[in-house]
Amino acid sequence: MSDAGVPLLEMRGISKSFVGVEVLHGVDIDLRAGEIHAIVGENGAGKSTLMKILAGVHDPTEGTILIDGEEKTFHHPAAAQHAGVGIIYQEFNLLPDRNVAENVFVGREPVKRGIVDRRAMERRTEELLEEVGETSFGPRTPVRRLSVAQQQVVEIVKARSLDARILVLDEPTAALADHEVELLFSLVRRLQEQGIGMLYISHRLREVFALADRITVLKDGGLVKTLGTSETDPGGLVNLMVGRELDGYFPERGEPGDLGDVRLAVKDVSTPLLRNVSLQVRAGEIVGLAGLQGSGRTELARAIFGADPLTGGSIEIDGKKRRLRTPRAAIRAGLGFITEDRKLEGLALAQSIADNMLLAVRTVIPGARRRRAKGLMSVKELAAVTQLRARGPEQEVRFLSGGNQQKVVLAKWLETKPQVLIFDEPTRGIDVGAKAGIHDLIRKLAREGVAVLMISSELPELIGMSDRILVMREGAIAGELPAGAGEPEIMHLATLDEQAAA
Amino acid sequence: MKVADPTGSETPEGGGPVTRQPGRVAGWRVGVLASPAAPVFAALVAVFLIAWLVVELRGGTFLTVPNIVNMLQRSVALGIVSAGQTVVILLGSLDLSVAQLISLTSLIGSTTMDGSSANVVPAVGLVLAVGAGVGLANGLIITKLRVNAFIATLGMALILKGLIDNQWDGPAGRVPDSFESLGYTRFGVIPVSVFLLIAVVLAIYLMLRYTRFGYRIYAVGGDEDVSKLSGLRTHRTIIAAHVVCSLTAAITGLFLASRLGSGTPTVGPDGGYDLESIAAVVLGGTALMGGRGGVLGTLGGVFILAVLDNTFNQLEVNSFLKDVVRGVIIIAAVAVYARRQGVRP
Repeated sequence: MSDAGVPLLEMRGISKSFVGVEVLHGVDIDLRAGEIHAIVGENGAGKSTLMKILAGVHDPTEGTILIDGEEKTFHHPAAAQHAGVGIIYQEFNLLPDRNVAENVFVGREPVKRGIVDRRAMERRTEELLEEVGETSFGPRTPVRRLSVAQQQVVEIVKARSLDARILVLDEPTAALADHEVELLFSLVRRLQEQGIGMLYISHRLREVFALADRITVLKDGGLVKTLGTSETDPGGLVNLMVGRELDGYFPERGEPGDLGDVRLAVKDVSTPLLRNVSLQVRAGEIVGLAGLQGSGRTELARAIFGADPLTGGSIEIDGKKRRLRTPRAAIRAGLGFITEDRKLEGLALAQSIADNMLLAVRTVIPGARRRRAKGLMSVKELAAVTQLRARGPEQEVRFLSGGNQQKVVLAKWLETKPQVLIFDEPTRGIDVGAKAGIHDLIRKLAREGVAVLMISSELPELIGMSDRILVMREGAIAGELPAGAGEPEIMHLATLDEQAAA
Repeated sequence: MKVADPTGSETPEGGGPVTRQPGRVAGWRVGVLASPAAPVFAALVAVFLIAWLVVELRGGTFLTVPNIVNMLQRSVALGIVSAGQTVVILLGSLDLSVAQLISLTSLIGSTTMDGSSANVVPAVGLVLAVGAGVGLANGLIITKLRVNAFIATLGMALILKGLIDNQWDGPAGRVPDSFESLGYTRFGVIPVSVFLLIAVVLAIYLMLRYTRFGYRIYAVGGDEDVSKLSGLRTHRTIIAAHVVCSLTAAITGLFLASRLGSGTPTVGPDGGYDLESIAAVVLGGTALMGGRGGVLGTLGGVFILAVLDNTFNQLEVNSFLKDVVRGVIIIAAVAVYARRQGVRP
């Protein structure tokens, strides 16, 4: 451990400009050995840029990085790694075609007489997996076959294998179910005891307060304040982050009278991963879909949307039976699907905001009909409705923050005038301020008569938003709960015979 | 599928999250079945059997030692350069300059040797240096100037062609008899050149499978950004892979000079080694986007092309139809690989 005088890591006056636009303005931050230092802020606050500078991905325009009081410059991620900085990125950073051991040791494979020592690599990976209590897969399992939560474990193991003294965790729990979060926490605390300093980036304030010793708030690329965890509370922190009071985290629910006819009816739908799923969503209703990772929530959404073939059952929209064999047919029938992974499935990242917003409507509705269609919104109107913050309609989507990207995805679907919208983790990796905006938008759509089916792993969101909650388990509906059901009831249904199965 | 502990009996191609590893033996089995080379050699056997049947029915001779040896020998040049091409394609790159480089190195080799055995060693050294230099240039253009590999190596091909046309207008130089024997000498029934092919393929196989460099090629081909963020120096890997690829082209150039007795300005493009080597790699199951595949599959791909060639020649099929059939086979092969990979990764 370093002595009290010299922090493990110090970043002083860090500024960064991209093509003349300054996105970080002289940020100071320090980290002591064995400390968990949380960094919070809205999307676009500069957290990711700051971390990428620490990781050696970007060079700072100004400012210095000191490790153990010694000035360092990183021109390549390898240099940062060498100096003891390990980063777990928010976007998964694994090679799907390689196995677990190959991913853990990528670029640093142990060699014996010029030959990669596979056995040593696998043995070490096995040890590291055992250390974190992971036995459901081994070092030879291809990463392609792992679930998102399992991949997260590989990420952590990979950072562990580096013997990093400074560990950056960027939204590490975004994709984890609650029991997996607990596992991560115990791992983080164990690393803390070993004297590893951690920068913990999260939107989930509950986690920040559970773990952090100190909290730094960033806003619009500048440092707002660094304070001890005991000096503040979640409300105060949110105020610092957004610069305003956030009252009413969730929009008001619909009244029973607001509900219309059944818009989406799923009857006995089966696929290789689903067993006789039936459900109904009415116009104006938000139905929450809960369940653990792998319980079939996303599979159900894909089946309804025509992305995966059904082996049995039927789907009715507005009382009419429809055969939706492709997403195209589903969109024409009035469905929209906001996917879990917006970068992979939701957006053409290198295309402009305008092109992305018009993508679905352009491809699915022929030109003549589109021109005649009434009430089609312009790109400007779509941006206004979704409160998109961007430089202009021609900006490439990849330069937007996560929250704003999600708004573009939403706008894309709004333009097709959907009757039924399916959301899969609509606010994953999105900050508090933008989350509230997206929640408002979802409720507003429901008020306008859209039937909404919303998948979410964040129970407060699910409970706060839903008029009704369906819980899935093992590819089937395990039960239904009314609005305002508690977390324990949902978890009970979702995990009922988990122990028996394990 | 269950939530907490799905079935342990997943098939290798099965989607969805994995759970328990069934053990080492099963892991090995999965490895072999999932290896891209397996279906390629199955296809090779099928093509071979069909060719045998068709040729014999039409009164030709197929399964004889001379004919097999002939096919092997005709695979040498394409096989060597395709092995190098495999390396860059695995990396997510490709090299369109190999055909011109083959011509250039055949000319440099034969004119430097100029009929004298004493010049063989310096000539080989010079040719390998030229090959390494071209590969280095390709790699630097792709990484430092950030030019797409397709354009970078296409441009390099034009540059080399210009240099060749400026300097030579026909076959030039002469290789000494001692060097020419590489193309014709046999060891028992097997030509020495086949051992050269085996040596190159084996070297690249071992390199890809057992060295750090090999692991890094798969990593960069799998995802360059991920590799970089994991601390891998991707530029070095890309440059080194291009050097390896160009070296195989230089070796091919030397081999063709020995076989023909002298260097020729058009020997590379005439053999179609640029596109043909890419076709062999793809036919061998290596993903054109990189990260998946291997050199053994490529060897299978080269042999498939050789068997087809031999068959068509014996049947005296017209050369246009020949190209049509080859095109159909390459497309069909890639379609089959795409299906094997599954719709949802």
